[in-house]
Amino acid sequence: HEDLRSSMFPDLVGMHYSWWGGVQMGPPDPILGVTEAFKRDTNPKKMNLGVGAYRDDQGKPFVLSCVRKAEALIAAKQLDKEYLPIGGLGEFTKACAQLALGADNEVLKSGRSITVQTISGTGSLRIGANFLSRFHGGPRDVYLPKPSWGNHTPIFRDAGMQLKAYRYYDPSTCGFDFKGALDDISKIPEQSVILLHACAHNPTGVDPKPEQWKEIADLVKKRNLLVFFDMAYQGFASGDIDRDAWSVRYFIEQGHNIVLSQSFAKNMGLYGERVGGFTVVCNDADEAKRVESQLKILIRPIYSNPPMNGARIATTILNTPDLRSLWLEEVHGMANRIIKMREQLVAGLKKEGSTHNWQHVIDQIGMFCFTGLKPEQVERLTKEFSVYMTKDGRISMAGVSSGNVGYLAHGIHAVTK
Amino acid sequence: MSVFCEVPQAAPVAVFKLTQDFNNDPFLKKVNLGVGAYRTDEGQPWVLPVVKKVEKIIVHDDRLNHEYLPILGLPEFRSAASKIALGDDSPAILENRVGAVQCLGGTGALKMGAEFLRRFYNGNNNTKTPVYVSAPTWENHNAVFANAGFEDVRPYKYWDAEKRGLDLAGFLGDLESCPEHSIFVLHACAHNPTGTDPTQEQWELIAEVMMRRKLFVFFDSAYQGFASGSLEKDAWAVRYFVSMGFEMFCAQSFSKNFGLYNERVGNLTVVARDADNLKRVLSQMEKIVRTTWSNPPAQGARIVATTLNSPELFIEWKDNVKTMADRVLLMREQLKAKLQALGTPGTWDHITEQIGMFSFTGLNPKQVEYMVKEKHIYLMASGRINMCGLTTKNIDYVAESIHEAVTTVQ
Repeated sequence: HEDLRSSMFPDLVGMHYSWWGGVQMGPPDPILGVTEAFKRDTNPKKMNLGVGAYRDDQGKPFVLSCVRKAEALIAAKQLDKEYLPIGGLGEFTKACAQLALGADNEVLKSGRSITVQTISGTGSLRIGANFLSRFHGGPRDVYLPKPSWGNHTPIFRDAGMQLKAYRYYDPSTCGFDFKGALDDISKIPEQSVILLHACAHNPTGVDPKPEQWKEIADLVKKRNLLVFFDMAYQGFASGDIDRDAWSVRYFIEQGHNIVLSQSFAKNMGLYGERVGGFTVVCNDADEAKRVESQLKILIRPIYSNPPMNGARIATTILNTPDLRSLWLEEVHGMANRIIKMREQLVAGLKKEGSTHNWQHVIDQIGMFCFTGLKPEQVERLTKEFSVYMTKDGRISMAGVSSGNVGYLAHGIHAVTK
Repeated sequence: MSVFCEVPQAAPVAVFKLTQDFNNDPFLKKVNLGVGAYRTDEGQPWVLPVVKKVEKIIVHDDRLNHEYLPILGLPEFRSAASKIALGDDSPAILENRVGAVQCLGGTGALKMGAEFLRRFYNGNNNTKTPVYVSAPTWENHNAVFANAGFEDVRPYKYWDAEKRGLDLAGFLGDLESCPEHSIFVLHACAHNPTGTDPTQEQWELIAEVMMRRKLFVFFDSAYQGFASGSLEKDAWAVRYFVSMGFEMFCAQSFSKNFGLYNERVGNLTVVARDADNLKRVLSQMEKIVRTTWSNPPAQGARIVATTLNSPELFIEWKDNVKTMADRVLLMREQLKAKLQALGTPGTWDHITEQIGMFSFTGLNPKQVEYMVKEKHIYLMASGRINMCGLTTKNIDYVAESIHEAVTTVQ
């Protein structure tokens, strides 16, 4: 067809070759890139401790029973496939907000909040970022904890916000740098946006204790900051959904009109169905209506309206009493297995003869553990033992099983002794 | 003091407000000719039999789980979807220069394409590059490109209201006079909202100008199969442009032709000059996807992939699509016949000449208001009707109401 073109349109010979000649190869996504490298490895003992997806003790993806049951119920209903409203499935957004805030929360009773269904946690953060970018009258700065989930930065940046940080993780203790956090937060300019991980901080697994949350809430109020909560692990962190949402509820109680992102990827294992919510707590129902109308205006030119399948499953689980109980049990089970693996890893390291203090592995909470390994040690762990993790020393505990925890302890000891 | 106390109430999206008003209307003979979704002759949504079959297969397959899809989506969906658009034997596919991004519906595919073009098309900041959309066009086209950062979204002449057909001279004129490298959003078939498509000869003329003036081709293909009943026929324009050697984007939707509206199944097909350019383009698409939705939803893509990749299911699907297309064609014939029988002033040939889900009736805003308020027949202010809203049971009422509107309202 090159010949066809040049014979039919002779003045095109010499036309540019490609529009995309100047497009650079994008860097591989650090988190998802780990899985891709893992897949290429042929070592039978390889371990994928990269992406945060739960695995059972056989190292297999886990489809929750409550999900399978919900799917069967839904299939029997023979529902149609008509477009959802822009803001999503109404029953879902209601249940989603109740899960986060508690069914008897005054905010829900007064109708002064709005929750829209989003494309899981990422979609929620993006809509939130877009909303702030368009409507937040305060500074463009979003303060992230140092470190934070890698994708937070590009999401907010693409939405037109600027990124700053507050101290959070203390590498010397592998724990929370409470003093550093308070010190940095006290200097944040008024009306800036501060992002907080509600529970199971990603990537460190380090969460503030309740008394510390109280001080943070107080200080944030003094500084008049807009709080953006990211809650991707409700239920998954401690095994208790109310306990994991405590920080969110406390801040609201203290009068913060927060914005909140929720994900059901991990706690319901609905990763690929993209189930999430974005909530704005407002002053009153009228403001909530206005905010809702603007959220729809933001959503429509991105994807028009959200996908049904996952939201339908989540709603069925949350609103069917015995499925809800089953879910709570299963989420508790997942959290417990993680906790057990943490204990076994530390026991294994002691057994290997490691003299380092590994207490932080047990103190940290949720899917991830910030091992404290340095980049060179991580590289060795990957090259010599085929243990795949992100360069910051983060491991996904979900990838650890009773079958491989010994091998992992052996590898970590080998690169740190 | 709330940070959001200044947030103004936004106007509702018109087409959804229309459906809302329809739903709230207690009038027994009400008819919804608004939002673009297929309806059976009983006025009901239709889950395609092949979709029901495949969903059963999926729900019973214990090997399947709900893990994340890759960032660019389900591979077997992407390749099958691109083949549908370009043809199995497409030279471009054989030359390994066709790739795809699974997206959230046609909207999501347009969004991804727009975001990419803004960053990479002609230099690395295309905020001032003109984007041309047809006059009229699907109302969300403007917002998709504007929100992706394009500051200059303009109309190109398309619909000739007087002769109720394509304004080819105007269209070609805009192609000749626009700035070089402008981006053009073309409707692959079943133009929304007019239902008026260029003929093959007219597409050839359009392509010639676009090639000569170095304009970017961005097809929006939301009705393949649904328009004529034939996948190949409805893809003729897209395939012609590929054969002419264009590098181009094609945003595909499977909402209508699979009836999978709420599962958000879309595909952005990318045709590049060669495999290397394609590879780099897709790598940058990944970055854009990652900050928008990370990875796309699995369910709908699985249904489509399973169907397209199975010979028997594929045949069954084509049959389901033809069922929908045929009913629409029947309603067009009958509406025209009834209006002619009533002696309604004007010519009504355009109803059967137009193609796809929509028809631009030619009713003016006052006449539309009459239809909605007095007759409880809901259609867009532009005079656009969704043919799928017509049934053998309501077509007389609709024809009579149009007759009344045209004869009593100026």
